[in-house]
Amino acid sequence: MKLISKFWRKLCKPSKAAVGTALGMGFIGGMLFWGAFNTGMEASNSEAFCASCHAPIVNEIKETIHYSNRSGVRAICSDCHVPHNWTDKIVRKVQASKELFAFAMGNISTEEKFYARRKHLAVREWQRMKGNDSQECRNCHNFEFMDFSEQGQRSIKQHSTALAAGEKTCVDCHKGIAHQLPDMSDVPGWQ
Amino acid sequence: MKQILTVLLVVGALLSASVQSGETADIDNVNNGGIASLRGITELDATRRADAAKRVARDRNPIDRDYVYQPPLVPHQTRHYEVSLNANKCLSCHSWKYAGEMGATKISVTHFRTREGQVLSDVSPRRYFCLQCHVTQVDASPLIKNNFRRVDSLR
Repeated sequence: MKLISKFWRKLCKPSKAAVGTALGMGFIGGMLFWGAFNTGMEASNSEAFCASCHAPIVNEIKETIHYSNRSGVRAICSDCHVPHNWTDKIVRKVQASKELFAFAMGNISTEEKFYARRKHLAVREWQRMKGNDSQECRNCHNFEFMDFSEQGQRSIKQHSTALAAGEKTCVDCHKGIAHQLPDMSDVPGWQ
Repeated sequence: MKQILTVLLVVGALLSASVQSGETADIDNVNNGGIASLRGITELDATRRADAAKRVARDRNPIDRDYVYQPPLVPHQTRHYEVSLNANKCLSCHSWKYAGEMGATKISVTHFRTREGQVLSDVSPRRYFCLQCHVTQVDASPLIKNNFRRVDSLR
């Protein structure tokens, strides 16, 4: 106790130690805050965290190419659904605070509720990806480095025209590539 | 009372044992009679080694038909093409609405008819599950060697 009060009195009086101590504490405090913040961000990007609400989806991805493939590279939820760029990521994370409210309300707390709401969730995500020109696809699938001679005829046809001209973006055609689809009857390109 | 129960139990056990031995006698008869099937000439209780997994050809031009009423084969991959109550990926290219734009083969007009012959404005539910008849191809030799030849008109 005596030690603390002595330390406090020292802080109150202008002394040689004051500036150094304040700076040092600020530096260490900042480091701790940033570490905790980053760890929190990483944790909320993990598959287990996503699965705590969106459990059915985490099962669906298992048969798709983004989970199981010849070379063993895989994408987890956040690779496609959270922007990688820092500022965009923070914006998305702040938007996602609304999803915590949905969690508290239990909007998709059962499979039935989830499937009933799936169209709404999917449309929102398609719009987001169309809005940012499918940025999360392009983080790995960069158009600049696509070799059309390695692609199938159908892929060449679409990629060398609509995609190359910027008329369409990845998600316009590649919907449900890691998920099952909601009712597509009113979605362009589907019947 | 107790004695009667014991006797019943013993008799029951003996009877079931005899029935079981009858069954094993049948299972012992695994002779295939010298007839080869898709499993090869193996005894019925033997399992031959599985073939190496075949790979689906990625993308090629339409494959010619081998007989008149053959459903056209699928000359491309169909992995994770969803055909369900919610969506039909095949129709994104092969429906009449999109076939021209996508350069795909149009589905046949027969697919719009019900079993009773009534013509519908969209694909008949009985024709909805494309992969039931139109199948994806791997580069495999015939399972059984045969002398099948196309009819003259298709040759």
